[in-house]
Amino acid sequence: MSTLTPRLLTGGEAVAHALCQIQPDVVPVYPITPQTPIIQTFSSLVADGAAHTEIVNVESEHSAMSAAIGAALAGARTATATSSQGLALMAEVVYIAASMRAPLTMAVGNRALSGPINIHCDHSDSMLVRDSGVVQLFAENAQEAYDLMVMAPRIAEHPEVSLPVLVCQDGFTITHAAEPVLMLSDEEVRAFVGEYWTPLHPLLEVAHPATHGPFAMPDYYFEFRRAQAAALEAAGGVLAAVADDYVSLAGRENHAVEPYRLGDADTALVALGSTAGTVKDVVDELRDAGERVGLLKIRSFRPFPADAVRQLVGGAREVIVLDRADSPGGAPPLAADVAFALAGSGTTLRGHVYGLGGRDLHPEAIQQVVHGDAPRYVGVRGEPCLA
Amino acid sequence: MPRLKEWNELPVAGVLAPTQADQPLTGGWRTAGRPVARLSSCVNCLLCWLYCPDSAIVLDGTTFAGIDYDFCKGCALCVEVCPADALAMESEEDA
Repeated sequence: MSTLTPRLLTGGEAVAHALCQIQPDVVPVYPITPQTPIIQTFSSLVADGAAHTEIVNVESEHSAMSAAIGAALAGARTATATSSQGLALMAEVVYIAASMRAPLTMAVGNRALSGPINIHCDHSDSMLVRDSGVVQLFAENAQEAYDLMVMAPRIAEHPEVSLPVLVCQDGFTITHAAEPVLMLSDEEVRAFVGEYWTPLHPLLEVAHPATHGPFAMPDYYFEFRRAQAAALEAAGGVLAAVADDYVSLAGRENHAVEPYRLGDADTALVALGSTAGTVKDVVDELRDAGERVGLLKIRSFRPFPADAVRQLVGGAREVIVLDRADSPGGAPPLAADVAFALAGSGTTLRGHVYGLGGRDLHPEAIQQVVHGDAPRYVGVRGEPCLA
Repeated sequence: MPRLKEWNELPVAGVLAPTQADQPLTGGWRTAGRPVARLSSCVNCLLCWLYCPDSAIVLDGTTFAGIDYDFCKGCALCVEVCPADALAMESEEDA
């Protein structure tokens, strides 16, 4: 049975402890704020002998993901971590990791993209690799970051998936904030993640050489991309099954979406990450005042649970999507996905951008959003919003 | 033309084991003649063997023994590097 005594851990430390319990064989990694505490904590644990992992100190994030692909396809359980500009530099190879179907896991401490250069949270780094074909899970707090990290190898390594899984947590808000975290025992985690997936054609098996990452001309490229899309679609079902098992093991719920007081809601908010926690408080306050408001928290941004979104909020009078990333000149990424899921449902949809570069989103501002008193960009000076 | 595979028939990630790919006979790519050897002039320096991009120079031990036309693409590099004029390009009809 899992321990009932919580430990005071930051999100970064929680994920590092999860990695230590998973015991990846190889971790190629390059430091970057606010991811650094993850690899710093993990490196200390490895140096202390708590995990037998080969940490490869590479010269960039581009190299980190390149090395991770090689390790994963050679037959080593592999993990890495990054943030912001690191993910941007890595992006080219993230696409290749997905295309080569490398079942690795990566902890992401979400941080704004330059410029102006900034180290604080928003989701624009994750959105940069939105279409790369990787699984992206968003944690609300340190506990979820821990739980999703423990679940991630099972999803990544499922034979129908075989894709990178990114476990995203808000930079500083989660990575650097200490909370009580319930950990499983080392034995429970090891039994839960099991043995590493065996590649069909391991890279280093020189007696049976194989070509990995071949060129594809117009006669086959499209078919390979379609197969990759199918793998991501399969990840939805695998996530559900793994989350079911995790509930049995840990007693904690980590499915693709979390509906919060949505039952009879006229107004449904949709959000990713730590903001969902703030929104829950606002929902409680508004419910106390007699307003029928609820939240749909999205944990699995990719694959996007469109059916669940339509089922859970398609009947609301109004759906309000909070995006912590912008798409200048177009629809913000989460709003675009929700709009596609709700097309034809008759629901009114509103999208707001908030929190870029670590700007706080206060409960009063969320109330204004709910009441239709907030501009599209919430919390920016020069717009008529008090937050 | 062989039937093209559908997306769900492809190997995962396109990984190809050697048994799945035919060894192409690149000799069929020659369009501008073929190199022909005059063994009487050959000084056995093996520069042709060193430079040939298709490993199409056949050796008998360490002795030049001819050209494998199944794989020779007719690039004429061997003719270019031969110091003894022991190789020359000839039309396929004359060969």
